[in-house]
Amino acid sequence: MAALTTTTGAPHAAILGVGAYRPVRLVPNSDVVDAIDSSDEWIQQRSGIKTRRWAGPEESVQMMSVAASRLAIERAGLEPGQIDCVVVATVSHLLQTPAVATAIAHELGTDAAAFDISAACSGFCHGVALASDIVRAGSARYVLVVGVERLTDILDLTDRGTAFIFADGAGAAVVGASDTPGIGPVVWGSDGEQFDLIRQREDWRDVVGTPDAPGSGVMPHLTMQGNPVFRWASFAMAKIGQQALDAAGITLDELDVFVPHQANMRIIDAMARSMKLPSTVKIARDVADQGNTSAASVPLALDRMIAEGDAKSGDTALLIAFGAGLSYAAQVVTVP
Amino acid sequence: MATTEEIRADLADIVNEVAGVDADDVQLDKSFVDDLDVDSLSMVEVVVAAEEKFGVTIPDDEVKNLKTVGDAVAFIERSQG
Repeated sequence: MAALTTTTGAPHAAILGVGAYRPVRLVPNSDVVDAIDSSDEWIQQRSGIKTRRWAGPEESVQMMSVAASRLAIERAGLEPGQIDCVVVATVSHLLQTPAVATAIAHELGTDAAAFDISAACSGFCHGVALASDIVRAGSARYVLVVGVERLTDILDLTDRGTAFIFADGAGAAVVGASDTPGIGPVVWGSDGEQFDLIRQREDWRDVVGTPDAPGSGVMPHLTMQGNPVFRWASFAMAKIGQQALDAAGITLDELDVFVPHQANMRIIDAMARSMKLPSTVKIARDVADQGNTSAASVPLALDRMIAEGDAKSGDTALLIAFGAGLSYAAQVVTVP
Repeated sequence: MATTEEIRADLADIVNEVAGVDADDVQLDKSFVDDLDVDSLSMVEVVVAAEEKFGVTIPDDEVKNLKTVGDAVAFIERSQG
């Protein structure tokens, strides 16, 4: 048997730069309440959301991704041509194939390996885990991870359970080699028994139908059963967050920044209580202004904390993302 | 075996911690939603905390039947059997 040559990667990986793109249009609660027979007060009480960003016609998945990526690459001190792998986490790029990652790579100016992953709200943290392993295995030197959504395309504006929650945007991070560990072990998993709790309501084939049984002809929309999701996210995910800290050998006292998926302020508060986070830990609360952007929420929130000085270079941050599947991923990272 | 009053008092502490309701207001005849202003998300937190405290399981389907503090205390008593 012939012996194969294989690669040797970097001993450690880290996030080298973060970037974000927020759609221009800021939508206050007053713009969404009529269609769901609700009120600003009810929405704020249930979710902490005051405004959200909704993309305009020009703000495509690709456009938002490229804008966020350029910033992340620049902040990493790199040129786009140095990126040799692009991983895009999204559920709202409505062309089933090819992967939007290839178009993003091309527009950035790299012929990197490029592919999409589908892990809904937890997609970005899955991407960071993959990127870390890719760099450490030597399959690529610099991996661009993008979390991007245009959820308004699949939002039912009359659904009281989702219309006020979801939003659009893109966040990106560049992962590369590091002298010291900058990305801790991922703690990830799924609970497919709860497949239906958050999902696209209809299969595309049901939309189109057959000549004998015409389909609905209506875009499939996101649906969510709020209370069971709240229970799972607030309590089961707090335990996963603790496991990610344990896996990285970080105590609560050593944690500087907590960046949970920006699902709902009530979940963020319940998780923080459940994890018994010390008051010194800075907590991302971007959901209040940005809404829930699924795969984009963690990098958007992290980018904002860096910009506003809440997350400083060298800080230890816990990232945790969770959502449809149900699926989840968490890891401790060093802020670039 | 915990008495009804002991369960009520422990549950009152949980409701106080989760929703900021004065524990003395958490009496058996009080409705979580109408009297104590505990919304459905806070109710989920109360239920999870109660499960841990009392060692019982309160399924999601059952939560909607627990309209008053008395309903919840009775359910916990039955579950502890």
